[in-house]
Amino acid sequence: MFPFSYTNASSLQEALDHGQRGGRYIAGGTTLVDLMRETVERPDELVDISGLPLTEITMTPRGGLRIGALARMADVAAEPKVRNTYPVISQALELSASAQLRNMATIGGNIMQRTRCAYFRDVSADCNKRLPGSGCAALHGYNRTHAILGTSESCVCTHPSDLAVALAALEAVVHLVGPDGERDVALTDFLLLPGGTPHREHAVRPGELIAAVEIPAHPRPLRSGYLKVRDRQSYEFALTSAAVALHIRGGVIRAAKVAAGGVGTVPWKLTAVEDHLIGRRRSPQLWSAAADLATEGARPLDHNRFKIDLLKRTVERQLLIVGGTE
Amino acid sequence: MTQQPHRAVVGTDQPRVDGRLKVTGKARYAADHGPAEGVDGIVHAVLVESSIGRGRITGIDTRAAENLPGVLRVIHHGNAPRLPYRDNPFPDSINPPGERLRAFQDDLVRFFGEPVGVVVATTLEVARHAARLVEVTYDVELPVVDLSRAPADEPETYARGDADTAWEAAEVHLEMTYRMSRNHHNAMEPHAIIARWQGERLTVWDKTQWVADPRNELAAVFGIPREAVRCLSPFVGGAFGNGGRTWVHSAIAALAAREVRRPVKLVLTRRQQYFTAGFRPGYEYTMRVGSDRRGRITAMVHDVRGESSRYERHSDDLSIGRMLYAIPHVRQAVRHVPLDISTPTWMRGPGWSSAAYTIESALDELAHELEIDPIELRMRNEPTQDPATGQPFSTRRLRECYDVGAREFGWHRRNPTPGVARDGDWLIGMGMAAGAYMTERAAAQAHVRLDANGTAVVQSATSDIGPGTHTSMTQVAADALGLPMGAVEFRLGDTALPPAPIQALAWTMASVGSAVQDACDRLRRRAIALAVDDERSPLHGVDPDDVAVERGRMHARDDPSRGETYRQLLARNNRPFLGLTGSYNPEESRFSMYAYSAIFAEVAVDARLGLVRVRRMLGVFDAGRIINPRLADSQALGGMIGGISQALLEHTVTDHRDGRIVNANLADYLVPVNADIPDMRAIYVDSVDDKADPIGVKGLGEIVIVGVAPAVANAVFNATGRRIRDLPITPEALLGL
Ligand SMILES: Cc1cc2nc3c(=O)[nH]c(=O)nc-3n(C[C@H](O)[C@H](O)[C@H](O)COP(=O)(O)OP(=O)(O)OC[C@H]3O[C@@H](n4cnc5c(N)ncnc54)[C@H](O)[C@@H]3O)c2cc1C
Ligand code: SF4
Repeated sequence: MFPFSYTNASSLQEALDHGQRGGRYIAGGTTLVDLMRETVERPDELVDISGLPLTEITMTPRGGLRIGALARMADVAAEPKVRNTYPVISQALELSASAQLRNMATIGGNIMQRTRCAYFRDVSADCNKRLPGSGCAALHGYNRTHAILGTSESCVCTHPSDLAVALAALEAVVHLVGPDGERDVALTDFLLLPGGTPHREHAVRPGELIAAVEIPAHPRPLRSGYLKVRDRQSYEFALTSAAVALHIRGGVIRAAKVAAGGVGTVPWKLTAVEDHLIGRRRSPQLWSAAADLATEGARPLDHNRFKIDLLKRTVERQLLIVGGTE
Repeated sequence: MTQQPHRAVVGTDQPRVDGRLKVTGKARYAADHGPAEGVDGIVHAVLVESSIGRGRITGIDTRAAENLPGVLRVIHHGNAPRLPYRDNPFPDSINPPGERLRAFQDDLVRFFGEPVGVVVATTLEVARHAARLVEVTYDVELPVVDLSRAPADEPETYARGDADTAWEAAEVHLEMTYRMSRNHHNAMEPHAIIARWQGERLTVWDKTQWVADPRNELAAVFGIPREAVRCLSPFVGGAFGNGGRTWVHSAIAALAAREVRRPVKLVLTRRQQYFTAGFRPGYEYTMRVGSDRRGRITAMVHDVRGESSRYERHSDDLSIGRMLYAIPHVRQAVRHVPLDISTPTWMRGPGWSSAAYTIESALDELAHELEIDPIELRMRNEPTQDPATGQPFSTRRLRECYDVGAREFGWHRRNPTPGVARDGDWLIGMGMAAGAYMTERAAAQAHVRLDANGTAVVQSATSDIGPGTHTSMTQVAADALGLPMGAVEFRLGDTALPPAPIQALAWTMASVGSAVQDACDRLRRRAIALAVDDERSPLHGVDPDDVAVERGRMHARDDPSRGETYRQLLARNNRPFLGLTGSYNPEESRFSMYAYSAIFAEVAVDARLGLVRVRRMLGVFDAGRIINPRLADSQALGGMIGGISQALLEHTVTDHRDGRIVNANLADYLVPVNADIPDMRAIYVDSVDDKADPIGVKGLGEIVIVGVAPAVANAVFNATGRRIRDLPITPEALLGL
């Protein structure tokens, strides 16, 4: 670990002041500390924001759901407002990490977590994300767990968060506060494709922090759920995952929110799948046909070709689980 | 010889005598030692490992590291003293043939992660940080790390009959190639050592399965007499074989301690465990099986390629291929493939579990081909004497294991047609496999001292890497002495104690247990002799053979009211203690001695998503006397979990471009979590083996993993009709993608 100083922020303003001067926010610390130990991260200053009052989970006047950035994963998963309205969120959280981690880890930290690419975490390997211009060891290396969507020659890693997949499906918005005030960015715009600059991962400006995420009001009630496919049954990141939320009336799909995880460099919103579903009558054939569109534009690597079929099957299965059949 | 009237605690369910120490954090593992043991002023060493897979070191810049306050020294090949490195071959060590890896004696890099330097600092944090600041430059060469492409050595061959011809001639002949990934032990306790010099005397607290090994190896490395080295290892947090050899980091720690003239503590990081502490080698294993239509196997040919390093030659013992079935024609050709990797080592069920995977998979394939029940096929090839040596069996109750297992598991419910049993999205399958592991024994000694207060201390330089040796030896000693367990203390893990063999090969109970029993039997007899000769003793004049001891009181068998306690005897005779050393010196046996297993697994497979869930597992073991069912269960369940893990999860991944181990951490190297582990059960067939050793045990610690992986793989086949011949079985393999 490289030496660093530590400040425990007692107010939002104090945190922002330090953040603006280059301080790095730490919330639950469940992933930042690991990365510091591996010397992947070498912040000069840590600004502990875990004591700030950003933990509330509330329904907004317009019917949306707002989750404070410092709410713990475990608390959010268990919160009845979340569990009843958006089970996809509770499930994504409960299929993440371990109970111990979920008790510490926060929603903001979860969205901001960095990739699990093994070469990124091994400082002796080439990695454009860690050291721009050094190359991407994963591109022609061992890339079984890597992305098939949104990749570039510079970087092919996945965004590891399960929660972010559910949030992407539900078109969540990230509320940021910074030295220049507050602003909102759609989650899908907030997390950036690697392109030629994989070290730029999100739209945060210097000093800004995430205050909350908000799931906008959806005019029609959604039934939803999350499916995660992985090698072992718990405590592992997704090989593939699917977040599905549907509104079905009279057997016809009126609203469809679908995103995939474990396959994209960012949580992958499956708009082609959604478009195909809208207005159609639910059936096994529909789920299958829609799921086939999940891999549009996918580019497999040496060791992850299986993710193409696995993704389709994951989406199909979850459409079936959430949408059922006549 | 007088025998105690009954075994009061041997064979009964007993909690671990050190359980409380362990769960309260008071058990002291290697790295926990310090001022309480009189080791003051410990400083910390952290390794710098190579970031290339092969080549030469051209420069090491240590300035930034040395400028950090607290850094005492950075040692590397450029400034390390040349060390004597006397030979230290087997059997004084378990070093395999070859040139062992030395502590900074040259500029060569032989594999990715090889230690190229060590930083010593007053705190661990400073040492770790400084290690990161050491800049090493290299002349990089291309390492060869791909087992499937690299050339192999000349084979080591075993043959009986003419297997190749018999296979050609067989009515049914199958040929399959199986691949097994490299596996790392990943014991919970990392490798750790504290080294302290006092003049020319070296004391180490090391994580080891055999305290004699660090002693012998470090004496050889530094060219000092063995008597000048003491190794202590009172508790070990799991090892599975990787605490057998004394790896290079132990020599580095001792070297660093000598250089800085302070006691040095060195703990490998989890990542470093993957580099220089051994692993189960990967295999490519081609198996040819020939049989007649009725399932009599006539020929089995094993062509094996296994990973080894370039600087040493590690061989696993694959001789299960010679003894499990009555096959007239057998050939085994084992080729080592020297790679730019570190040297493999034994890992639980070494060799036997790897070979059992292929044999038992092949038998399942044959059973399917012949449309014979897999158990029936095995029964038809069950030998009546050792197929390799012709020796009679001491005990072989494998048939009983099959019968009991089939009944208890509900084998009759298995649908022999694969791919048809269903439960919702899940395909259901059952599989079974057999296993064997040799019953080995080695010379051992134990000292017992009975104190005037009526308690006893028994000591032997064995280890307890997890099986519960502290407890099981206490049981054996308590029964032989006629004392309650609470009055006996067993001490181990110190080269100052009477010698014992490595804790491996599942031979500790047989070897050390027999020595403990010998010592305690003799001590009991000595006490009885003292009493019957003592005019003041109520037992005066009784035939010693008619005296028994219970709860520390000697009494005449036919008149239990006539007697006295050990305490009374020693007090009256002014003896502060009675003490003696017992031993066990096994002779070459004329029997074929093995432990056996029959493993049954039920799996559910989601064939659309490629998921396997082990639903149930039953292991039936023929392992001789069970000293303590609770300890036996912890061995059996742990071994079966290891086998499930080998079947479905474990896989050390090497980047073939530079030899990097890609998943050198417990997030990416998968081992099972609780959710992966099903309803499991172990049954031990009743089989005291009096021919094997005085205790009647056959060894349990290794057999418990042998046969598990093929049982799972066979169940997957039964569920899906898909034969996956690579371990671990992954979703992509199941999907055929
Ligand atoms: C072994 C393991 C397994 C895991 N498995 C999963 C899994 O299966 N699925 C999954 O989704 N996740 C998984 N995780 C990741 C886990 O969910 C994250 O570690 C956690 O959510 C991070 O939250 P934190 O509060 O601890 O973040 P921290 O570690 O405190 O911070 C993480 C990052 O976020 C930044 N940050 C934190 N809060 C804010 C904020 N409010 N505004 C701006 N920046 C901020 C920090 O500066 C830092 O860069 C796993 C983690 C581990 C260690
Ligand atoms: S995939 Fe991205 S994170 Fe991984 S090595 Fe390449 S650049 Fe680095």
